Amino acid sequence: MSPWAIVEKSLERGLDIIALCDHNSAENVGAAMRAGSQKGICVLPGMEINSSEEVHTLALFETELQALKMQELIYNHLKGTNRPELFGDQVVANEFDEVEGFNDRLLIGATRLELDRVVKEVHRLGGLAIASHVDRPSFSILGQLGFIPPDMALDGLELSPHLSPEAAKMTLPEVGGFTLVTFSDAHFLKDIGQCTTSFMLEAPSIAEIRMALREESGRKVLGH
Amino acid sequence: MMNVEEIQNKLQLETVAGEKGLNKQVSGGYCGDLLSDVMANAEPGSLWFTIQAHQNIVAVAVLRELAGIVLVNGRTPDDDTKAKAEEEGIPILISPSPAYHLAGRLYELGIGRIEE
Repeated sequence: MSPWAIVEKSLERGLDIIALCDHNSAENVGAAMRAGSQKGICVLPGMEINSSEEVHTLALFETELQALKMQELIYNHLKGTNRPELFGDQVVANEFDEVEGFNDRLLIGATRLELDRVVKEVHRLGGLAIASHVDRPSFSILGQLGFIPPDMALDGLELSPHLSPEAAKMTLPEVGGFTLVTFSDAHFLKDIGQCTTSFMLEAPSIAEIRMALREESGRKVLGH
Repeated sequence: MMNVEEIQNKLQLETVAGEKGLNKQVSGGYCGDLLSDVMANAEPGSLWFTIQAHQNIVAVAVLRELAGIVLVNGRTPDDDTKAKAEEEGIPILISPSPAYHLAGRLYELGIGRIEE
């Protein structure tokens, strides 16, 4: 999925804000942000981080610099080389949709960072930490740990496209007390916009989304 | 040494995908549900006991040259997993039993014993 194609598809689907969250890497966020600002859509830089427990967390940042700092920490705690024939090519593209290179690291792997540390580091850099697809049996906090540790300061829980928030509240009692969000989790262009969350915000920013997740100062989650 | 098919019979497992790999020789076993752990530690020729049913398990099995994958505790593979297993010739077997019991019985058969 090239930066331009992502931005075009997102506009076509009527999205106002998207976040680019590659596994364990943020090398494509700059190009996507530049493509987004040219076309008038807010692109937030992020990553989907794989902790040592193999729990996925969405890390969303305000600036590319914050995302790249998180990436540096991730890279320092990630071993292994990619095998493209097994796990696919890991393309790094620029905003002209040109392939600049391939990421050789084993991005599908797990970092040596425990989930608790991942959340703390994301917060330290000013980002939001949202537990990914908590309803899925694999790579989710509920699938891997079986519960949500009570002192884990997650900003929200994401549900996969397969479960509505209403159904989740009934079938997953652990999610009570958390703000629920749903996103596309698109790995292919056709899936962009398949699930969205609407927020009441004054502007498209991490600071505003943080307030909305906490339902502060009139900002809130409007619906899914 | 035994092949996957013989172990399927001795442990009462059911093969659900990748039949063409049933003749793979099994030299050991591995129990683990974290892909990172299996990728780091499983030996080639091992039969892998796990609860993970998603398609990435096939890639890991190919990467580590494992003899096959046994889904325990009654887990069943996703359709994507079965398709990948057919493509790669990795046998996927299922059992209602837990990993401990199955691994124990494999070990009793003399597979993957450590030298005393």
